[in-house]
Amino acid sequence: MTNETYSVVLDGLTKRFGSFVAVDNVNLQVRRGEVFGFLGPNGAGKSTTIRMLCGLLRPSAGHATVAGYDVARSPEQVRQRLGYMSQKFSLYADLTVMENIRLFAGLYSVPEKQKPERIAWALTMSNLNGRESLITGALPGGWKQRLALGCAVLHKPPILFLDEPTSGVDPIARRQFWALIHQMADEGVTVFVTTHYMEEAEYCNRLALIDRGTVVALGSPSELKDRAIEGDLLLLECSRPGEALESLRRVPGVRDTAVFGSALHLVVEDAATAEPAIRNAMLRLSNEVRRLERIRPSLEDVFVALTASRRAARERTA
Amino acid sequence: MNLRRTLVMARKELLHIVRDPQSLAIVIAMPVILVLLFGYGVNIDLKGLLVVVLDQEGSQQSEDLLKHLQASSYFHVAATVNQYGALTRALDRGDAKAGVVIPWDFSQRLHAGGPVQVQALVDATDDNSANILTGYLQSVIQSYSAQLQGDWLQNHGVAAPEVPVVVQTRTWYNEDLESSAFIIPGILALVMSVIGAFLTSLTIAREWERGTMEQLISTPVSAGEIMLGKLLPYFVLGMMDTILCALLAIYWFKVPFRGSFLTLMIASAMFMVVVLSMGFFISVLAKGQFAASQIALITTFLPAFLLSGFLFAIEQMPIPLQVVTHIIPARYYVTVLKKIFLKGTPLALLYADLIPLAIFTLVLGVLATRSFHKRLS
Repeated sequence: MTNETYSVVLDGLTKRFGSFVAVDNVNLQVRRGEVFGFLGPNGAGKSTTIRMLCGLLRPSAGHATVAGYDVARSPEQVRQRLGYMSQKFSLYADLTVMENIRLFAGLYSVPEKQKPERIAWALTMSNLNGRESLITGALPGGWKQRLALGCAVLHKPPILFLDEPTSGVDPIARRQFWALIHQMADEGVTVFVTTHYMEEAEYCNRLALIDRGTVVALGSPSELKDRAIEGDLLLLECSRPGEALESLRRVPGVRDTAVFGSALHLVVEDAATAEPAIRNAMLRLSNEVRRLERIRPSLEDVFVALTASRRAARERTA
Repeated sequence: MNLRRTLVMARKELLHIVRDPQSLAIVIAMPVILVLLFGYGVNIDLKGLLVVVLDQEGSQQSEDLLKHLQASSYFHVAATVNQYGALTRALDRGDAKAGVVIPWDFSQRLHAGGPVQVQALVDATDDNSANILTGYLQSVIQSYSAQLQGDWLQNHGVAAPEVPVVVQTRTWYNEDLESSAFIIPGILALVMSVIGAFLTSLTIAREWERGTMEQLISTPVSAGEIMLGKLLPYFVLGMMDTILCALLAIYWFKVPFRGSFLTLMIASAMFMVVVLSMGFFISVLAKGQFAASQIALITTFLPAFLLSGFLFAIEQMPIPLQVVTHIIPARYYVTVLKKIFLKGTPLALLYADLIPLAIFTLVLGVLATRSFHKRLS
């Protein structure tokens, strides 16, 4: 065991598919009992990273250790200690709830003595007591998801990898699911979870924002919001947001503009000096300002700000 | 290798089969249908060939010849016509395969001791049947003239001369020359190809397609346990189908079974491993249900059907094809099957076919095991 406090360590982890670099030199440490979020758009390299950590893909370069074991050198040691939920629903749809649970209990070699207790636990956790003989494929999405989680943790793994666990699940079921995840984290389980839902990332203790295979920011959700945006964020509600979006970019002190619902988010160097300038500009356009105030950035603002500046930098060098 | 995990895998696989009506139909109904289809439908014997007769004379003698024809089980006189045109029309319409014309001076010429010609018109659309039919006709007429000769000599107080060389034919192994006895044993190879290669390639490709394989290989279950667990139920079902087909062949179609049951099981188990390995190997490479199942059919079922000697004798194939049959595992299995059923050849004398089969079993088994890794890519 290399490090007791860190359950998952990524050291220059890289995965190339031909000339395409899916994961590019990622360095991370995830603490024991942490709910760690891996946030990024589709195709950013989230699933590829998680698959390398589960020993399903061989890294092209760099190392990763899970529970102290190198994922490339001892994948079987790693597999004994992890629970994995892949992106696709991956239980057997033609088996019953109980048959799926028994199957995975068998595959994870749950000791016979503990089996009844673990099976009962999985049923309670997925709220499927009394529904043991239902065919899994016929269950609603949220139930399937909970059952898949239940099956992935039958052997009480210290580390749980969840790849987009809540995609296609209704908001209520999603909330229940996250409650379950935190319950397990409270018991000391390390949870490594990928998502592309910004609002979902708020549930995580710590986050890595990933874009095109690279980590662009790392920290707790509130740290990211405080640090990631240089300058202040203003919310603007006006009569013609479309027109304001373009013309406000030319106002001195305004760095970026973006549409958020029916309002605009404006990134400015300093809220105090930018506000009068914006009001003036709007007056000249006779675009009525209904609301203009400084707000705390959302994770989406952080993400947009970080990826936009990176992409701009890349284009400049290219 | 963990036995418990292997059995857990096998149990799951069995549940898939039981829950899937299509798989069930293939496992239970297909062997029966194939045996019945080939047992009844494919009959390459020529029996009761329909013949139209134009007897221009209508004498005692000409009727004697027709009786000979009728008495042979190969022919059935469908109609007697009195005009040449009616006879050709019957051939045109396909009412008869052959027409026999007995000339108006048949008996007269016979009495004169001169040669008599009987005309035979044969429908040669199917050249093979036409050849056989002509042969049958000749032998019937020859035996009739031999009888006439003997009678004439006897009537004149001369003993029939000894024919110096006579071929005494005795058919062995398939005494009644029944084609069903030749064909039905080979059906076992077809059934096993479908169950072993087609079904297993489907079930493994399905796991890749649906993403369940990814979940499976993230657990501590080993590659060997996955492979063995998935193939075990198909092995057992394949062997059960072998027994089912053999029983149908022996008790329903009365195909002789002269060998030992144990020899049959040993050879069948070897062939089963061959087709299972091929099915597994194909599905690892193809990873899509459609592609895998098509490749499995083309590489196992088709050769078992066409190039194994099941229906078409290998010795009659063009030389290049004969060479190709040597890399078809089904060829050895079908040969062994025919020998066990019809000849009763003991295990020790089957080495010429069992050794190549064993090599295929080993090579393909190793290839399949090596091809499967617990990794995505």
